[in-house]
Amino acid sequence: MTSARHAFLRGLLAALPMTVVVGPFALLFGVVATEAGLNVIEAMLFSVSVFAGASQFAALQTMQENAPVLVVLATALAVNLRMVMYSVTLAPHFGELPLRSRALMAYFLVDQSFATTVAEIDRNPAMTAQEKRAVFFGAVVAVAPLWFLASLAGALIGRAIPPEYALDFALPITFLAMVAPMLRSLPHLAAAGVSILLSLVLAGLPYGTGLLIAAAGAMTVGALIDRWLEVRRA
Amino acid sequence: MIDKATFWIVLPVLALGTYAIRFSFLGTLGTRPLPGWLTRALRYTAVAVLPALVAPGVLWPAATGGETDPARLAAALVTLAVGLATRSTMAAILAGAGTLFALLATVG
Repeated sequence: MTSARHAFLRGLLAALPMTVVVGPFALLFGVVATEAGLNVIEAMLFSVSVFAGASQFAALQTMQENAPVLVVLATALAVNLRMVMYSVTLAPHFGELPLRSRALMAYFLVDQSFATTVAEIDRNPAMTAQEKRAVFFGAVVAVAPLWFLASLAGALIGRAIPPEYALDFALPITFLAMVAPMLRSLPHLAAAGVSILLSLVLAGLPYGTGLLIAAAGAMTVGALIDRWLEVRRA
Repeated sequence: MIDKATFWIVLPVLALGTYAIRFSFLGTLGTRPLPGWLTRALRYTAVAVLPALVAPGVLWPAATGGETDPARLAAALVTLAVGLATRSTMAAILAGAGTLFALLATVG
């Protein structure tokens, strides 16, 4: 077996535990999307072209609240901004690969492929760029087909679920469940607190603009406290 | 219900925007480090956006006409608590959904 094939398998195996979250999450997206009025083809186009779970849910939620296009886009793209950090972190490792390789990797750059690749590079810093790419695509193979198939399954069964199952609340529960494990430091806690407080105070503002102000305020507070902690440590 | 005109504008722009974010440094090999304030802000985007997205709907759900619903509020608090305690998204979703269904079946 070549070293690249070894690396591919390592990436695949390392990402396998993540399928426990990815599968149900994608299924839920399919269900919620059809409940919101999208047909199966529209839901699938959404999953395939955007391919970023949290922002897909964010876009569904704001579109359902009839927020204007600009607010929907600003919210959903803000959720994806963390991927700038992923792109920055991976760039130096893959610089020698051809552009088409990097362009394809960009499409598949999600939380799971990023986390797997970074952890594997950490363990094996001497890998070549080709081996690192193999790790990355190993992780992609573990989660991406599952994401598409489970979205499809969710979209197909979505219409069959009756309203008494309170699916309106699937989104809030999913978002809260994603956020809670992230609250691991003071700045994260403070940012989340400000986010909740401002969004409630500003809930009366038109067109979902309260959401954007709350998010901007929360991000600022998180960054300021982060900086304050760093200065104090130094 | 989602307005289809909105959807067909959001879909391509969100797809291209998300791709541009992912491609940004990986594709162009921008090797200059990001300014410190930007890295710092990016670190907090998810925790800043997601709570604001759900908080009003948790307190004033559209499904009950905006009236605070004990079952939904309790489900949200349980989700948050279990997520904090276990650090597991799946455990939090299961606990929250379980609470919601149990309360809706008995109280609601």
